Amino acid sequence: MGIIKTDKLVFEYIRRDEEGNVEGITRAVDEVDLDVKQGDFIAILGHNGSGKSTLAKHINAILYPTEGTVWVDGMDTKEEKHLWDIRQNAGMVFQNPDNQIIGQVVEEDVGFGPENMGVPTAEIWERVEESLKAVGMYEYRKHSPNKLSGGQKQRVSIAGVIAMHPKCIVLDEPTAMLDPNGRKEVIRAVRALNAAEGITVVLITHYMEEIINADKVFVMDKGKIAMEGTPREIFSQVERLKELRLDVPQVTLLAYELQKSGIKLPDGILTKEELVQELLKNR
Amino acid sequence: MLRDITLGQYYQADSVIHKLDPRVKLVATITFIISLFIVQNFVGYLIAALFLVLAIKLSKVPFRFMVKGMKAIMFLLLVTVVFNLFLTPGEPLLTLWKFTITKEGLRTAVFMAIRLTFLIIGSSVMTLTTTPNSLTDGMEKLMNPLKVFKVPVHEVAMMMSIALRFIPILLEETDKIMKAQIARGADFESGNLIKKAKSLVPLLVPLFISAFRRANDLAMAMEARCYRGGEHRTKMKPLKYKRRDAAAYGILVCYLALCITANILL
Repeated sequence: MGIIKTDKLVFEYIRRDEEGNVEGITRAVDEVDLDVKQGDFIAILGHNGSGKSTLAKHINAILYPTEGTVWVDGMDTKEEKHLWDIRQNAGMVFQNPDNQIIGQVVEEDVGFGPENMGVPTAEIWERVEESLKAVGMYEYRKHSPNKLSGGQKQRVSIAGVIAMHPKCIVLDEPTAMLDPNGRKEVIRAVRALNAAEGITVVLITHYMEEIINADKVFVMDKGKIAMEGTPREIFSQVERLKELRLDVPQVTLLAYELQKSGIKLPDGILTKEELVQELLKNR
Repeated sequence: MLRDITLGQYYQADSVIHKLDPRVKLVATITFIISLFIVQNFVGYLIAALFLVLAIKLSKVPFRFMVKGMKAIMFLLLVTVVFNLFLTPGEPLLTLWKFTITKEGLRTAVFMAIRLTFLIIGSSVMTLTTTPNSLTDGMEKLMNPLKVFKVPVHEVAMMMSIALRFIPILLEETDKIMKAQIARGADFESGNLIKKAKSLVPLLVPLFISAFRRANDLAMAMEARCYRGGEHRTKMKPLKYKRRDAAAYGILVCYLALCITANILL
């Protein structure tokens, strides 16, 4: 069994009127089976309302399944005795950087998780130092988070999660509120963590560019997993992606259009360099 | 414009007073305030003044920063002095038209003025030399014994520090909403007081909604990072008394003893 595994996971939001009668049930996640190996970089794609954030919250035991089971590192999230172990093992980074920074100084915020876990003082300092260095924010340790840019704030949030020494991090649209530069910064930091420290990453996003380096991609639609495979496999199905209301990276789209108009190109081109190479071959 | 507001009035400097444990500073400030009300004669106030001057000198904070706090209470000070001066019954000293200044009145007025001035300057020494953060920490530690009476000390301290963190964010947000409403033709400037108050509704409603949303997000983020209240929690920056803190307590005890003896002997 992998680090994260779900078995026929179902989650329903129940809407109630003022008297508490059930008005309607929305199935946000519908029979999802996931299996993530330790050290993998997983991306979950989907447009708004596809259930990807709801799925993410299950991995951190913020939400509990209506039906089915979620295991994190072999622990069932429904069992209360595992709650804190699960939350420590599966760190979570949210969308809005302002609403997840608790400390008034960068280093204090990073220390918040270890403080909660009861880590001894000296070790907290070591962890804070190493995690700030891992995301390249060490020189900002004495700054107030209010003075940082969005990308920097988000990297502090990531450092705050790493300081808890998790086996995997779930990032719930960490770049949605950032400008292109901030987005690059954050994705670079996440990739480095995955490569250097072997932390399993589950990246939830709707930016296609961010998933190119993922080991495996899941595309969600209406609470179900609509597609799964390597980025190349996913991007070679341009029509299907359009059906699911997802944008394809510009290079891939260009290659696809060229292909349609008769130029011989392989499916699923992901980078500019790749396209140039292939076009040169055609000469 | 709203972004320029700085909270608290911490003045960064490298001094002994800055380095003192926040608990010492809190206790000292409270003791100083109490001492101001114990002493009843000029010798006592002279001792208090010396103590205050010593603290100011040691703190390396320019004196004008301390006086800043005085502006706010100037009016209060004047009213107190005037009332005490004219309305205290006793041996008449001077009569101006219908009002009489008495010897007792003069004495209380002067004492009152000294008390208030010292009180404000004394507490500014504390706020100028201590960050809001360590002040919260100090309060949490000092109030720890109250846990026996089920006072949620840790929770109160956590709330205070979160509030401190979010005030600038909410101010920024207020600014944003204000501009958005102005762009839609809202008018926050003109009209009388009632009209102005009413015009704040379209500002406050979105602000409250956003604050609740933030609170919800923050609670989730805190839980995701294993927050479960004050139990099992360790501190990244625990408060530890050092030798200078003991010395400061010593000076404080001497000061209090001096004040009391001055009061009894004279």
